[in-house]
Formats: sequence, structure tokens, C-alpha cells
Amino acid sequence: MKTLLILGAGTAGTMFANKIIRKLDRHEWKIILVDKDETHYYQPGYLFLPFEINKPEEIIRPKRKFVPAGVEFVLSDIEQIEPGANKVTLTKDNRVIQYDYLIIATGTDIRPEQVEGMLGGGWQQNIFDFYTFDGANKLTNFLKTWKGGRMVVNVAEVPVKCPVAPLEFVFLADWYFTRRGMRDKVEIIYSTPLPGAFTKPVATTLLGNILEEKGIHVEAEFNIGEVNSSNNVIRSWDDREIPYDLLVAIPTNMGDPVIERSGMGDELNYIATNKHTLQSEQWENIWVLGDAANLPTSKAGAVVHYQMDAAIENLLAHMGGRELKASFDGHANCFIESGFNKGLLLDFNYDVEPLPGLFPLPVVGPFKLLGESMFNHWGKLAFGWMYWHIMLKGIDVPFLPNDFSMTGKNAPKLVNLNQTL
Amino acid sequence: MSDILSTVQFDSEGFMTNAKAWTPEIGKAIAAREGMELTDRHWVVINYARSEFDSKGQPPTLRAITKNTDVGTKEIYALFPGGPAKMAAKVAGLGKPTGCI
Repeated sequence: MKTLLILGAGTAGTMFANKIIRKLDRHEWKIILVDKDETHYYQPGYLFLPFEINKPEEIIRPKRKFVPAGVEFVLSDIEQIEPGANKVTLTKDNRVIQYDYLIIATGTDIRPEQVEGMLGGGWQQNIFDFYTFDGANKLTNFLKTWKGGRMVVNVAEVPVKCPVAPLEFVFLADWYFTRRGMRDKVEIIYSTPLPGAFTKPVATTLLGNILEEKGIHVEAEFNIGEVNSSNNVIRSWDDREIPYDLLVAIPTNMGDPVIERSGMGDELNYIATNKHTLQSEQWENIWVLGDAANLPTSKAGAVVHYQMDAAIENLLAHMGGRELKASFDGHANCFIESGFNKGLLLDFNYDVEPLPGLFPLPVVGPFKLLGESMFNHWGKLAFGWMYWHIMLKGIDVPFLPNDFSMTGKNAPKLVNLNQTL
Repeated sequence: MSDILSTVQFDSEGFMTNAKAWTPEIGKAIAAREGMELTDRHWVVINYARSEFDSKGQPPTLRAITKNTDVGTKEIYALFPGGPAKMAAKVAGLGKPTGCI
């Protein structure tokens, strides 16, 4: 009996388990799935909680519900991965699992302690994150009674999970405060280490005015060095200061500490991964899925969805001693909430990224404003429903073609949701 | 100095459009144009950025530079006034740092 061990039962690990179980002979393979948390969080919902578009109970489900029959689910933290010895040690009962193949899908998380002073006196008083269930809920409660002031949304350093979420946050905040009749009492500042809110030429051209139109001020090239909770000021490494009444922090994102403990990651604990085959660069019986990998694409569930089939095809090829032919091209979609029941959909891949000055824009055409009913349908029902009932269970999504092998390298085009649906 | 740059292609903000065409001499000339004189400490950063770009296809983050070289965050800001991520990329002939959109 051989063992396939999956570390992490988030979006990637769960989807993978559901797909691979149908491909492997159960008399030949034992599949084990490990996660430290019993609850599965629908992470796109974190963005919606503070603005009361989603309720907390709508975005959580027990993880076990999504573990397919035939897969052993172990609730435990991971002590150590020893890739040289094909061995993983769990914290629970110090169990040691010897594997033939290892799937690492341990994700990424915020690390507020990486910014000096962030966890000082203001943390969860007037400094909140919305990248965790707990943080988003506490921010929701804060906003309910907030009388207004200066709200600073700070991206500490890149990359962050779902890179457009911080922008969506300011768009939705603009809408939320307007709806509550207090927009004139709130100053919204978006601070980013990048040269602007939008950095790619086409996006800048198409969307560059959006923030100005919404009255959102951008502080670009702001690399946060320190949070001073006593004075409610954030300071950059080049000594610029931004005072705040409410700081919405997107702290440094890093891969799981077990990756660091096991000496397998880069400076942010991400694992060197072949961007096309999704095989670890260093160990041939390890595949890295989702946010845990160092791929030059967004860290997001949509990316996981698109990379899954290539990963599985290559893994099966490797098990059978065949050449790895399937190639993930970095395809991702990204639905962006722009507030006031409007949104846009971006579609892009690796080809729009690397060479500076050359990449065409990930944006795809003039974006289409969505009607309110469409927004509600998509945002509240369709996407969330699809996630729980289709994506996690490893069923191919009906209207998103899984064949991302990307006939050619088409310049990305802007897709509007009506067409897509 | 200006001679060497006359054959190099730049975008409107002074970033090289073809990273492969970069040489240390071009780096020096770009730095001079930006009012910088390069010291050994600058070269620690530039050489690291170049090697990362060569192996990974993208410039390193500030965190990667400060973790993988002996240049600390405060020092790198002093070395590259006007924003180290941007200025180091410019002198090293790499593109302007970008996000996903």
C-alpha cells in the first residue's frame, strides 16, 4: 500500500482530495488529509463581513463535510516535514507518516508581528485586519458604531493573498459609508508599497480615475516600518507619516511556519515550485498547490481552480513514470467589487506579468457595470453556492472552462459577467 | 556617460525596457543620471537583484534583499533615496515593480 499525503484542507487541499480520489486505485493507495482547523472558511466572504453583505455563519462549514469517503482526515498541526526522508511528523500523538507522494497546500496567512508596533495597544481596538475570520468579525462590530474619521487601509508588503481585496475594501467602504449617510465624515486613504493603486498600464488607463472619483486618497510607495499605537500614526521606512483613526491593516503575508521549520521555503516561507507543472523544484515526489507555492501569479482560490487539473495530470504521469506534459499557464479570474452594486471581472495569466514594459494588461475590455440583481445573485448566492457545492467537491464548474491549456497566448480580454454566465 | 545610454531603450519613467541588455556599465550610467554614485554596498543590492531576476524572472522584494544580503532596511533606504524597490530596479535595469493589476 502506498501513501499520498495531503497537507492542508483549505481550498486547494480539499479540491485536490476530491479530484484525486476518483483517479487512484483504492487498493493501491492510501490517501491522508491533514489540517489543524476543523472549520472551512469561505475566504472571499471576509471582504463582505465588515459591510454586512455576508453574515459570519454564511461563510463557514465543517471541513469534514468536504472530505470524500476513502480519505483519512487527521485534525492536527504539522510538526515537521522531512522531504529527504519522505516523512512528516504531526503534533497530534507525534504521529509519523511515511509518504510516497506529498501534496503541500498549507496556504498563506497574515503575520501582523512582522510590522513593528502593529500588535501594540491598538490591535483590535482601532487596528483591524480583515484577512482572518476573527479580524473581519471584530472590524464589523467596530464599524457598526464608528462615528467616522480617517480610515487608512495599509498594505504592508506584497505579495498578499487576493491582491485586489484591499482595493475592493476601499471601494466597498466608500459605498457602505455613503449608504449609512456618513460618507462626508470619513476620509479614506489607501496606502500601498507599490507605485500606485494600479500598476499595469491598461488597468491604470481604464481604472486610474476610479479612486479619485470616489474621493479615495492614495499614498503610493509607502513601505510601512512602524505602527505607533499611542499616537495613531503609521510611519514608513523613509520617514513619512500617516495619521489614522481607524487602521485597516493588510499585514505581511507568509506561508505556514512549518515550511520555515522544515527549511523548505523562501524568505516568505513559499516553496519553489515549477510554475507550469506545479511540481516542487527540489523534490520530485512533492507537488505544491495554491498559496503555499512561490508562483508568479495571484494567491487566490480562482488560481487554485485553474491549476488543479494540470497538477493532477502531472502527478499521475509521474506516478506512472511518464513525462510531465500538462502545463498551467497562470490563468486566473478575479471578480472585483467596485461598490454600489457594480463590479468587473479580470482575466489574466502568466504572460501578462513578467517582462516590464512589455506586458499587455490583464484587464479585458471595457468593464461592464452589473445591475443590482445580478450583483446580488452573483455575490451572495451564485459564487458562494458554487464554491461550497461545486468547486470544493472537485466537480468541474459548468461555465468556467477547465481547459486552461490556453489555446495560444491570447492577449487577455475583458470579459463581462453577463457573457460569462 | 551619456553615450552608453544613447543605445539603451527606456520607458517614459526611465526604466529599461529590455533587462537582458543591461551591463554593469549601463547600471553605473543610469545611477549617474539619477544623481547616485555607486558604492560596494549598492552593488551588493544590484548584484543580488540581477541574480534573482535571472533565476526567477522577477525582481526580488525588499524583504528578500534584506534577508538574503547583509544590507538592512534602513541602509537600503539610505543607499537608494526615492524608494529602494523602485530605484534599485531602475539601476539594475529591471522593470518598475508592479502588482497584479
